[in-house]
Amino acid sequence: MSKVGLIIGREIKSKLTNKTFIIMTFLTPLIFIGALGLIFWTSMPEKIEQNLLVLDETGLFQNTLKGNDFISLTFSKEQISEAQDNFQNSEYSGILYIFKGSDGNIIPKARLLYKKNPGLAFKTYIRTELERIYYEYKLKANNIDPNIITNARQGLVIDMEKVDENGEIKNSEGIQLFSFAMGLIMMIFILMYGMMVFRSVMEEKTNRIVEVIVSSVRPFELMIGKIIGVALVGIIQFTVTTLLTGILSMVLSGIFLKDINTMKMKFDDQNAVVHKLGTNAGTHLNNTAEFKDNQKMFETINQLQKINFWEVGLYFFLFFIGGYLFYSSLLAAIGSAVDSESDSQQFMLPVMLPLMIGYFLAIKIMISPESNAVIIGSFIPFTSPIVMMARIPQGVPAWQVLSSLAILYVSFICTTWLAGKIYRTGILMYGKKTSWREIGKWLFYK
Amino acid sequence: MPPILQINNVTKRYSSHTALNDVSLSVNEQSVFGLLGPNGAGKTSLIRIINQITGPDMGEVLFKNEKLSPKHIEQIGYLPEERGLYKKMPVGEQALYLAQLKGLKKAEAKKRLLYWFEKFDMQNWWKKRVDELSKGMQQKVQFIVTILHEPQLLILDEPFSGFDPINAQLIKNEILELRKKGATIIFSTHNMGSVEELCDNIALLNKSEKILDGSVKEIRKTFRTNTYNIVFKGNVLGFTNALWTGAEIIEKHSDEDVHTITVKLLNGVNSTQMLQAVLPVCEIISFSEIIPSMNDIFIRKVNEGNQALGTKSSYTE
Repeated sequence: MSKVGLIIGREIKSKLTNKTFIIMTFLTPLIFIGALGLIFWTSMPEKIEQNLLVLDETGLFQNTLKGNDFISLTFSKEQISEAQDNFQNSEYSGILYIFKGSDGNIIPKARLLYKKNPGLAFKTYIRTELERIYYEYKLKANNIDPNIITNARQGLVIDMEKVDENGEIKNSEGIQLFSFAMGLIMMIFILMYGMMVFRSVMEEKTNRIVEVIVSSVRPFELMIGKIIGVALVGIIQFTVTTLLTGILSMVLSGIFLKDINTMKMKFDDQNAVVHKLGTNAGTHLNNTAEFKDNQKMFETINQLQKINFWEVGLYFFLFFIGGYLFYSSLLAAIGSAVDSESDSQQFMLPVMLPLMIGYFLAIKIMISPESNAVIIGSFIPFTSPIVMMARIPQGVPAWQVLSSLAILYVSFICTTWLAGKIYRTGILMYGKKTSWREIGKWLFYK
Repeated sequence: MPPILQINNVTKRYSSHTALNDVSLSVNEQSVFGLLGPNGAGKTSLIRIINQITGPDMGEVLFKNEKLSPKHIEQIGYLPEERGLYKKMPVGEQALYLAQLKGLKKAEAKKRLLYWFEKFDMQNWWKKRVDELSKGMQQKVQFIVTILHEPQLLILDEPFSGFDPINAQLIKNEILELRKKGATIIFSTHNMGSVEELCDNIALLNKSEKILDGSVKEIRKTFRTNTYNIVFKGNVLGFTNALWTGAEIIEKHSDEDVHTITVKLLNGVNSTQMLQAVLPVCEIISFSEIIPSMNDIFIRKVNEGNQALGTKSSYTE
């Protein structure tokens, strides 16, 4: 078996010394984090310093309207026509003009003059603030305490929680996306490393070195060596990529996600208050609107934090190895049967199709996690690595996970055995266009 | 010489055809054995069985009187006709890898490789990638890798294809050298010139069956057609009259007063009788028997075989 070791060694070395491979290993985390950062960055409101001249005819906003860290307000009693004339030469970036109604009443209408468009964040802030002040003014005018209304309008939270077979409460809601991501990553991994085996087999065949090698080792040893070699390469690459991604995202989240973290802490505090005081909490909350807006996002973060990542990680590893071995042996057999990648189309479909089905089932899990199709799919070895992986974060009985794993591993032994038979004949077949019938016959050659 | 390899009644069937049909042959130790036959005759199938890449459906193969088994792999070296190398891998590393697969220890493999690289004047190739080498250079690397583990049985399938005449000679000399050192060489080729030059014994396969085997000398003798070449001075008419009915003239060629005539002796007339008949009428310059070349024998036997099987196609080299 030392020869299998040699084959594994060569396989690993040839990949690890391949420039494209090295670049991809180090570039992937950069691209991944970069893309996330870009999305995050573009979605952040641009904070341009705004210096606003406020002309308030009503006098209502003089003491109630406040600026924030990028909007500063200057109140003035000037006439609007005068201010407008001086505007171009003034230091102000905009004029907010709040006028009275024709009968002297306060009406919900204002004008904003600007030199450069101040953007959505600015507009939203000013509008929300004016609205709030006007709303409170109206309530007070009718002798209603605004706190009563705020408390009466508390958002209702339904905590969806799954009770597992041991009566323990497991997380459930809010992690569908995470589940789906698990399934998707599994599919990408199986495909990526499976194709690596496929190419490696085909390379040896088209290079015509394979006959030299099989005169020294048994074809089955060659195939197994290749599969194990690529698996180890995959594990190495995965580890490097994960570590790099981890380090990078920690560094970058220090920069980008600082705000989110402080907001999250604030939210947790507020959440505690709400739980304690119920409907009377409103008086204790500085900004209930913010609390409600962010409620969904932070609930999700809290749910994610409840996931047992060690458990998910372990299952991911086991299903990846099983699924990879299952598919890579099939792909090795296909690689041995064809002369070029373009010939491989007709054989690829039956391999790609179940992976695609697995992917669609993973999407289905987001909508109806316990449907029959999903449960069946999580046991069939063609789809189980993807589907079961997408189910696991949502809580699956242990016996289901373990029996699915068992089925997967037994199936991989069968496919490897079959693949070995096809491989043995396939690698030495040149020039003939291979058909399914032909491959079927190879299974019975001695 | 005892046989190193015995093939006993081997049959190999693939789904649509029979690659080998009840083939038996034996290869003597320390000899060069030519495995001949037209394309598709079953040579590669037989070679793959000897290399244990595939197994026979019937019959057995004995290596040194033992049933062929995986432990013999290290005693056999194989240079396939379809041979290649990893294109992106450095030459030295690759040769080391292939040698280790044949069971050599790394240090020993390296020592031997350095010896051969020096002998073939290719020291500076060690770190080069294979796709930087020419086809002939790659062939040299492959040849070295095949013989590096000093196999007792060496199987070379079309070893000279891709070599220029100088390198082909180099390889020929190495093959003869290896035989001298005790190796047995099975040699599969279409190049009949090199068969006459190198082979002690041959077997001819056609349509999955062995149709001829034996020593090259014996075979050529058996295929003699009693044809002679005579160069003489004198009168051609007198010469032909003197032959009388004892011979048939196949070819005539004259250069001034020197005539070359090819004759086939008939009716049990032997060469001495013929010479006695023509001596009085001419001056003999040279006289030689025409022994058929392996090429002629090959074509004749294969075509005979095909006609017997009712196939119309005939084989021409």
